[in-house]
This record gives sequence, structure tokens and C-alpha cells, in this order.
Amino acid sequence: MINIIVCVKQTTDPEAPPCSFKIDSSANRVIFPAGIPPVISTFDEYAMEAALRIKDKVGGKITALSLGVNLLRDVVKKTLSMGADELVLLEDPAFADGDSWSTAYALSMAIKKIGDYDLILCGRQAVDWDSGQVGSGIAEILGLPSVTVARKVEIVEGKARVERVIPDGYELIEMSLPGVVTLGNEHAAPRYPNVRSIMAAKRKEPIVWKPADIGVDPAMIGSRGRRVKLTRLFQSARYTKCEMVSADTPEEAARKLVAKLRANKVI
Amino acid sequence: MERYQGILAYCETANGKLSPLDTELLGTGSQLATELGQSLSALLIGTDVGAIASEPLAYGASKVYVVEGPLFKDYITEIYLVGLAKVISETSPEIVLLGQTQIGRDLAPRLAFRLKTAATLDCTALTIDPATKRMLMTKPVFGGNAMAIQMCEVSPQIVTLRSKAFSPPVKDSSRQGEIIKISVAIDPASTRTKFLERKTEAVSGIKLEEAKVIVTGGRGIGGPEGFKQLEELAQILKGAVGASRPPCDNKWVSDNLQVGLTGKIVSPKMCIAVAVSGSSQHLSGYSGAKVIVAINKDAEANIFKVAHYGVVGDWKKVLPVFLAEVKKLVS
Repeated sequence: MINIIVCVKQTTDPEAPPCSFKIDSSANRVIFPAGIPPVISTFDEYAMEAALRIKDKVGGKITALSLGVNLLRDVVKKTLSMGADELVLLEDPAFADGDSWSTAYALSMAIKKIGDYDLILCGRQAVDWDSGQVGSGIAEILGLPSVTVARKVEIVEGKARVERVIPDGYELIEMSLPGVVTLGNEHAAPRYPNVRSIMAAKRKEPIVWKPADIGVDPAMIGSRGRRVKLTRLFQSARYTKCEMVSADTPEEAARKLVAKLRANKVI
Repeated sequence: MERYQGILAYCETANGKLSPLDTELLGTGSQLATELGQSLSALLIGTDVGAIASEPLAYGASKVYVVEGPLFKDYITEIYLVGLAKVISETSPEIVLLGQTQIGRDLAPRLAFRLKTAATLDCTALTIDPATKRMLMTKPVFGGNAMAIQMCEVSPQIVTLRSKAFSPPVKDSSRQGEIIKISVAIDPASTRTKFLERKTEAVSGIKLEEAKVIVTGGRGIGGPEGFKQLEELAQILKGAVGASRPPCDNKWVSDNLQVGLTGKIVSPKMCIAVAVSGSSQHLSGYSGAKVIVAINKDAEANIFKVAHYGVVGDWKKVLPVFLAEVKKLVS
């Protein structure tokens, strides 16, 4: 039996077409695309899957933990429908617009309040700001060991065995518990919730904590607690003029394409 | 503030030499040092890195710190972290540069949290703000859909650099400097993580990171069989095969072939993207490609916005003829 906390973030949908991505450069903000609902950050779903696989094997309890504002219940409850036992939300305007430091600090204080944990799992990075630091930050704040960008986590004789991704394979690391592991998409794919668990998740309400509930100083969280300031957000105009090769048949187009590449000394 | 001075570049080394990314760190570090009127130091950590201790001098470092010992045989976060933190606490650099590698991206955040500062990962440009003399750090965000310029208000400023985003300096072996050994003592019994083994897959042919030509396949390839054709084309062109995320997630190809923001960063002369829709996070992986050729049945696919040559059509019909024609040319 082990207790696992999985940190998940609600983000814009990374699968949305790139043309739907817009920013308001005067305010350095992303304009949330209309009609495309947010999702749980891709790698955090892999972290959920890693937790579920451990629970399936050795038993235990999974608590999903999320931080933000306007957390859509249909989105964050996916953790419950996937199989988490509890969902804790740090939801308050004071938590908003943090950097890796202020976010990891608030999450660490919430983890302390949850108290009973053996393993903390996070996605390797959130698909919005791509910072890749919160998992390591939590480990450092709580004084725990960590392994990042894992493709597999198993519990063997009370310790975690973690396969850490390297460019040409993986390294097997043994980590004592409690500890932190961050997951990449090299891990087995997240499961789809079934109808029964989706219905059960609808009936279950998350626990919502405010800054005072986890004993944090509002000056140390969210935008006020930032150590890194965003000075500019922009889209680089990297569009090329594509020379389209067309012909009556795909085979003919292929021939023309090769001839053109040859003529332009590309091949 | 004045307590922090200079720039420290942590060079990971690979196969007993400085890696190309290490030299990019040193080149960037010396430019920043010149601009700030400060000096660049390098740090090497490993079992026998002393043998190449003078190498960073040739790339612009004026001091090289060496942390050596059997403890550093395999990479273990908590052990390397102690080494790096000790050198930083003894030398108080204003800027710490690491590579955006499996090691750099693991070390930098923990190091920053330990030193009560902040890290910025995967930077593609670094400049000095004239007013504050602090770094302006550019990095891709939102899967490469946008770029953010950030400033860290706490010292030391810790960053990781994306490979191939910064140009390497010219080597000058006549440069001299100081080599300083720093001893780091760690009780191995106190560590909570242990290295057990390393499993690697040998790559046949040319490595993705070094390939001049890359043939990438996307979701539209539909299965592992299709990748055999891509491999054939890659072989003829003396290149390597890569993939966007879906083929890796679906296990059609090895995870090692993933090109993108969280996969390999490549800089081929030519990339032939077959049935690749062109998500920003994938395109981030080969933003340095000189020529992109795209074959996709969807004329609206994002890949055509960044490609130089394109054919709208079913790759299953286009590619066999493309392959046959290329074969004729090469033979």
C-alpha cells in the first residue's frame, strides 16, 4: 500500500491547431482560443497513468493535486475518472500567474498538509510554459530525492525503481521513499476513463484549499512570489513561402518534386 | 549584489571530450563575460575529467574547476548537485550556464531551488539588459507556439542552453589559464538514490543529431511498416529517420527517434517531412533545418507554413515514386 500524490495542471490544449494560438503582446498574455476547452497538461496524464499502474500492482491511495484559477471541474475531474481517490484544488486568485518557484512552494505546502505520502509524481513539464522545474522544486523544498523524465516507475521492496530516459535508452535508478518522479511521454500511454468511472467522478466533489488553509504567505505565491519576470511574449514570424508542386497524379507530383529539388541543388 | 561575479559554465563532457554543446556554452559564456567585464570559468565533474581540464581554456575560459572522484562515475542527481553547489558557493558566480540535456535540465532546477534563486531552461538566446546588467533570457513556450523573454531578479542567474541555438567559438589552443581542483566529500551511505544499470539501444547508421538529411514521419504514416520506406529513403540520402510524437507514443518507432521540444533537437541541411502535420512542439526540434520538404494529403496542414517545397497528396502514392527517382539520381 503506498500513498501517491499526482500534481496536475490545467492548460490550453496543445493539440489545438497552431493557427488558433494567439497572444496579446501588449499585455504579454495568451488569448485563450474560443471553443477549445483546456485540458490536463499532457505529461501530467502520464504521471496519473504511472500512479494508477503502481496502485493496480501494490495497492494504495492516489490524491490528485492541482493549482490555479478557474479550474473547470470537467477538466480537473479527469483525474478522478481515470482512477484517483481524491482531488485537492488550490484554487484562489492569489495562486495565479506564478513561476516555477511560487508554484512549487504552494504545492509543497499543500503536500505537507496532505501529510501521508510515499511518492509524488508530476509531468516532466507543463505544456504551456514548458518550464520543467516544479517536480524538482517540490523535491528540493521538501528535502526529498528525485528522478526526472522517467519512462517507468515500479515499487520493489519498499523502494521506487525508476527508468530515467537518456538519449539512447534509459538508466535504472533506485530511489528510497518518499521521493519525487517526473514522467515523460516515453511512459505507457494514459488510459481512457470508462463510463462508470466518469459517472462516479461527476458525483465526487474536490476539496478546495485557499492560501490560509495551507499556511502560506500570499506574498510568496502566485504572481507576487515570482522570482522570474516575464518581460516579453511574442510569436516569431517563421513562415516560409512554400513552393507547392502540383500535377495531375501524385506519382507525377513526386517526379516533379525530385526534379525541382535537383534543379535547386537541394539533392 | 556585488557579491556575485563572473560566469560559470558546467561542461558535462561526452566520451572523454567536451561535447559540441559544451563549446557552445563556453562561447556564449565568454561573450557574456566580455559584455559584463567579468571572467568566464568552466566546471568539469567526473571520474577522470582532469585529463581534459585545459580544454575549456581554448574556448575562452580563464579558470577551470575540476571536481573528480569515483563517486561521479554515473550521473546521480543528489551527488552531482552537491558538487555543483559547492563550487558555486565557493566562487559566487553571477551567471551559471548548463546544457539543456538530460543532466542539465535535471540539475538546474534543483540547484536553483537549493540556492534560493530561479532557473530558466531551454534558452535559445541570452543578452544583457543594458539598464540592469541582468540577462534577458529567450526560451520557447507553449510548445514552441511562442517565445518568452524572461529576467531573473535573484542571483545567481541559472540557465540551460538549447543545443545548436548558440554558435560555438573558435578554438585557440594557445590560451592559458588556471586549473583548480575542488574536493567534494559525500558519504555514499547518505544518498537516497542509487544507479543500478544503463540500457542503451545501439543506433544503426547515422545518428539523428549528426545527420545532414532527416526523413521524419508523423501520425499519418499509420504504422511501423510505413517507416521502413522512410528508412530506405534515409539510407539512400545518407541520412537518418526521425518521428513526431504520435509514432513514438504508438510504439511504431523507438522513443529515441522523437524530434521536438521534448525530444531530439536536430539541425539537418534538409528535412523531408512525410505525413507530419507540423505541431509547433515537433517543428521546434528542427527549426535549424535549411530546407524542409513536406508531403501531406492535407493542404491546410501547418507543415506547409514552414516548408520550402511541398506536395499535397497521399504519401503512399507520392513516396514510392519519390524514392525511385532519388535512387536514379544517386546511382
